[in-house]
Amino acid sequence: MSVERDVMEYDVVVVGAGPSGLSTACRLKQLAEAAGKELSVCVVEKGSEVGAHILSGAVFEPRALNELFPDWKERGAPLNVPVSGDDIYFFRSETAAFKMPHLFVPKTMHNDGNYIISLANLCRWLGQQAEGMGVEIYPGFAAQTAIIEDGVVKGITVGDMGVNREGEHKPDFTPGMELRAKYTVFAEGCRGHIGKQLIAQYALAQDADPQHYAIGIKEIWTVPESQHKPGLVVHGAGWPLDLTGTSALGGSFLYHFENNQVLVGLIVDLSYTNPHLSPFDEFQRFKHHPVIKQYLDGGTRTSYGARAICKGGFNSLPKSVFPGGMLVGCDLGTMNFAKIKGNHTAMKSGMLAAEAIAEALLAGGEGGDTLDSYPAKFKASWLYDELYRSRNFGPLLHKFGALVGGALNYIEQNWFGGKFPFTVHDLKPDHATLKLASASSKITYPKPDGKLSFDKLSSVFLSSTNHEEDQPVHLTLKDADIPIAKNLPMYDEPAQRYCPAGVYEVVDEGSGPRFQINAQNCVHCKTCDIKDPAQNINWVAPEGGGGPNYANM
Amino acid sequence: MKALVSVKRVVDYNVRIQVKSDGSGVVTDGVKHSMNPFDEIAMEEAVRLKEKGKVTEIVAVTIGGAKNEETLRTALAFGADRAIHVKEEGEVQPLTAAKAFAAVLKKEEAKLFLAGKQAIDDDANQTGQMVAALLDIAQATFASKVEIDGDKATVTREIDAGLETLEVDLPAVITTDLRLNEPRYLKLPDIMKAKKKPIEAVSFADLGVTPAAGLKTTKTVPPPARSKGIMVKTTDELVEALKSKGLL
Ligand SMILES: Cc1cc2nc3c(=O)[nH]c(=O)nc-3n(C[C@H](O)[C@H](O)[C@H](O)COP(=O)(O)OP(=O)(O)OC[C@H]3O[C@@H](n4cnc5c(N)ncnc54)[C@H](O)[C@@H]3O)c2cc1C
Ligand code: SF4
Repeated sequence: MSVERDVMEYDVVVVGAGPSGLSTACRLKQLAEAAGKELSVCVVEKGSEVGAHILSGAVFEPRALNELFPDWKERGAPLNVPVSGDDIYFFRSETAAFKMPHLFVPKTMHNDGNYIISLANLCRWLGQQAEGMGVEIYPGFAAQTAIIEDGVVKGITVGDMGVNREGEHKPDFTPGMELRAKYTVFAEGCRGHIGKQLIAQYALAQDADPQHYAIGIKEIWTVPESQHKPGLVVHGAGWPLDLTGTSALGGSFLYHFENNQVLVGLIVDLSYTNPHLSPFDEFQRFKHHPVIKQYLDGGTRTSYGARAICKGGFNSLPKSVFPGGMLVGCDLGTMNFAKIKGNHTAMKSGMLAAEAIAEALLAGGEGGDTLDSYPAKFKASWLYDELYRSRNFGPLLHKFGALVGGALNYIEQNWFGGKFPFTVHDLKPDHATLKLASASSKITYPKPDGKLSFDKLSSVFLSSTNHEEDQPVHLTLKDADIPIAKNLPMYDEPAQRYCPAGVYEVVDEGSGPRFQINAQNCVHCKTCDIKDPAQNINWVAPEGGGGPNYANM
Repeated sequence: MKALVSVKRVVDYNVRIQVKSDGSGVVTDGVKHSMNPFDEIAMEEAVRLKEKGKVTEIVAVTIGGAKNEETLRTALAFGADRAIHVKEEGEVQPLTAAKAFAAVLKKEEAKLFLAGKQAIDDDANQTGQMVAALLDIAQATFASKVEIDGDKATVTREIDAGLETLEVDLPAVITTDLRLNEPRYLKLPDIMKAKKKPIEAVSFADLGVTPAAGLKTTKTVPPPARSKGIMVKTTDELVEALKSKGLL
């Protein structure tokens, strides 16, 4: 079906208004202004507003922000809660825990000088700064495909509106627009759906280790004032995940934010092996641990959400540039998992990309080329150094578990400054780690008590997720038979459990099992696209504006 | 004929409303806002009337702080030709809003005032009616169909007993109900163009309006939590359960 599309041309189009995309946009405008020239910059964002799809911890390291806006304080950036204390626990069982003496904490886990923030609010603020400099931001519009002509990325096509479930045009059908640019910057965050295509099409990852992922599930609680310790950071490893084993890794966080809010979450490594595992249920039971419960008891849960994390780090970084465009932030994979921090690195990568683009365009460049100056700047920056030093962190944990791997990380980070004379690789992609259901023990999760723990549906409700119902299902299956024919007998269809929003169900109304996709519940975390053992689920952008409506995640 | 459409910035209908712990109101910080859905219907109707050649110019008006500019941009993207921003921070009571709209309506000499029947934040359902009263012009509320013919408007409204059709002389106030129309998708090119359309800022003082102080919000509380349901196996059990709750 060919349709007439409106076209708009810019110097630079940025896909995604997260920290990386907005930093790119701000930096471009700053550099243009300093040169006394004009650069037109447009940002599209699939969330209904900037921040609506943003979910992070977040303990924020202000290094990149200090460089981007040295006067961020005067400009009112929402960094209001400095970290006041850092606790690390090894959870040994559902009641026992061991608090790590501060002396033994790997340096990368120190948080002096950092802030507890809402990344969504920081993005809203960055969005205002960008708009103030003349960046055009269009929330509610998802980039659906890259425009590639003669091997060169020329921009993006925004998704069509008004297509029904069967793919037919409704009376209000509105074709998506083409946004063309000299350079297109992909800043979609972890497992960007266009980024994924570009990495494949341009074979950007051929020299890198496979990317590794985790799913982070997070809630915001308002707790009694007496339990609230503003600025306190609590990290944990172990129960309900593995402490000494390597079959289910991950860690937890609990941050005391402003206004009696506590941000709590569990990060489950997607390399887990037992298909019966449910990250959602692990998180629900985790909150009953006495260390966590002491802060949440008597409080109310106000928000819920989930998002995948790229944790492969240095070893998994693909090539960042291709003709006419580049990847920044978690779309590239700049998260530093040793610190569980990806915000300052995402911002920095965006700034470096902007510097490369501005240099080229302000010197009269026409774009469309492969901007090798971006990876060169990357290599010369603190970002490269930081990611290099942390390159063994994830692989050590994968190989040796949280306790021994953690100890090795302590030794590497504190004694060797992150520079072990060798690199540890982890070559198994996360979708290939599941053992057969028959060879794995079933996990019985406790019933939610409605006070500390809850069921999935009442949780998704708190994410204010909404999709226009009559539209094509945005969770596409390459082969519709695989879920029932293969995944069900082999892995008891793990999508039923790894999806944190209850999108996937196997229902049996008497005529045999049927795979059901409740697409309107999807919180855009991308876990299914990553973990499906058959790599059969392809997440594509739904109609613009659909998805969660997070307030301050 | 010129039409004036009032648009209000409210907490988005998808957002789960949270009451502030001190009961002083609901949480609005960092919460998604958008145009009141009934006002979108009013905007859509104005645009359709313009497409039919009944209206020649659409002016959108809002009252509120700097952030309300977003709402006006949305109205401009719908198809308003220009916008007026009554720039005032803080709470605006229905009577104050009505006075301001009446003043703008008079100044603009608009023949038609289209407004949502109510805003989904305070559900006051008073403003349109008060505008009509202040200017002593006709009103047709809860419209589910609007037709304009010369100096008259024929409005079908939904009432308990069915549908009622009114004929009103213009200028008139028409407030919109849910079934009047289905607002269109905003197109990206229209949103882009809307960024360049003019917005005029005025204050209550410019309009000669003194804010009313007739209403005072004393307390905001969340609705009581729904208690857990029980599963009954037989009709007898159901009857028993209803009886024990005094419902039968
Ligand atoms: C649970 C959790 C805890 C974390 N804790 C911390 C922490 O404490 N400190 C820290 O520094 N980092 C933390 N991180 C990591 C950090 O959040 C990420 O590294 C960071 O958000 C990456 O920024 P980004 O700009 O690359 O992508 P994102 O923040 O993911 O932003 C991408 C944006 O692009 C939009 N988008 C995507 N695709 C499209 C498309 N096709 N069209 C239009 N728009 C699109 C998305 O809606 C989103 O708004 C955490 C992450 C998680 C999940
Ligand atoms: S369907 Fe996929 S992307 Fe959506 S919430 Fe579930 S796992 Fe996440």
